[in-house]
Amino acid sequence: MSTDVTAEGGHGAVPTGPEVPVEPKASTARRDWPLYEVFVRGKRGLNHVHVGSLHAPDDEMAVHAARDVYTRRNEGVSIWVVRAADITASSPDEKDPMFAPSGDKVYRHPTFYDIPEDVPHM
Amino acid sequence: MSAPTLDRPAAGTPDEASLQERFDATIAAEHRIEPRDWMPEGYRKTLVRQIAQHAHSEIIGMQPEGDWLLAAPSLRRKAILLAKVQDEAGHGMYLYSAAETLGADRADLTDKLIEGRQKYSSIFNYPTLTYADVGVIGWLVDGAAICNQVPLCRSSYGPYARAMIRVCKEESFHQRQGYELLMTMMGGTDEQRAMVQDAVDRWWWPSLMMFGPPDDDSPNSAQSMAWGIKRHSNDELRQRFVDMTVPQAEFLGVTLPDPDLVWDEAAGRHRFGAIDWAEFKRVISGEGPMNAVRVARRRAARDDNAWVTEAAAAHAAKHAGGHAGSAA
Repeated sequence: MSTDVTAEGGHGAVPTGPEVPVEPKASTARRDWPLYEVFVRGKRGLNHVHVGSLHAPDDEMAVHAARDVYTRRNEGVSIWVVRAADITASSPDEKDPMFAPSGDKVYRHPTFYDIPEDVPHM
Repeated sequence: MSAPTLDRPAAGTPDEASLQERFDATIAAEHRIEPRDWMPEGYRKTLVRQIAQHAHSEIIGMQPEGDWLLAAPSLRRKAILLAKVQDEAGHGMYLYSAAETLGADRADLTDKLIEGRQKYSSIFNYPTLTYADVGVIGWLVDGAAICNQVPLCRSSYGPYARAMIRVCKEESFHQRQGYELLMTMMGGTDEQRAMVQDAVDRWWWPSLMMFGPPDDDSPNSAQSMAWGIKRHSNDELRQRFVDMTVPQAEFLGVTLPDPDLVWDEAAGRHRFGAIDWAEFKRVISGEGPMNAVRVARRRAARDDNAWVTEAAAAHAAKHAGGHAGSAA
């Protein structure tokens, strides 16, 4: 039996057979609620950190929804939301030429310099 | 940083063989795959399916316990249950968010769930007959979910792993509130103790089925293990769950409904009876007691509340300031 079932999904076994489609398809439902990325400052003294995304009709509703979805247990003291479409990103590739120049400037790191062990406070 | 709308590799990327090589090296080094990385189509599809079905399970999972929100016996219990059900919604949202980083569309995934083209965990197709079921779901169902979910915090796909860390932090509250509820009932009347035992009798076997078919009948697992999106085998996790749960049952004073359940001193683990996989198959293919109700209610939530989402969008469009238009 069940050559088409797996428990990978965390909450228990679900079918994975060919009848279960995974291709994204255009749908009309909620098409006009844009995607927002959410950033939360965990506490004073820390940077805002990306925590996930959500859909909301406008900026204000996005902040309210972000509070409900991402800070139910004092996880934050401040929330930023920004439309995903407004984010400009570098390529994530580690071998991206954008980051290559910093790779060969080893003299920018303190470990580049040999200082005798007996020099204090260095 | 993940930018879900930008998850496709740029044009003019290197040939597939070298991309595959780099992907394999990232997996082998136990580094995380991030949304805009190149990934094999099978990896992406498997993850979309897995994350979507996990998200659907969280959302449908609100219903069995939600049925007791108005009948919870005190304000304290009601507040706890409300917080728990709200968490399940939150878990669904974290997971849909992760699925979207792979190019899936949230509304489309919901449509597929409602049309029966994507599934959710079979465990939610059983009814919650008494209030003791709320406690047993927290203890056994969420306990089994924790066994499944903790290893997923190390999933090779970054957004899924991060969502799971968030989920696991909250599951502990779910399990503990359930167990405490059961301890309270077990300290009550004979009738209350009988209710707890009855709920345990009904939920024990379905909880064991949550781990999926036995390893020798689980052909998808090998590829998922190789990809780092499954970390332990079904039987391994099931065994871990049984070993963790038996002493908890003893402390509670309930009997697990399995005459073959014994401690195997030599093996250092419990042995347990055969699981009725025919029942599992029936429930998962739509013949469980509650399948139709669960999906019908999700459909009603989408359709009956459509006017709210439309009104909010209309309001946003009318007041659009900084952004021209509202289409993403």
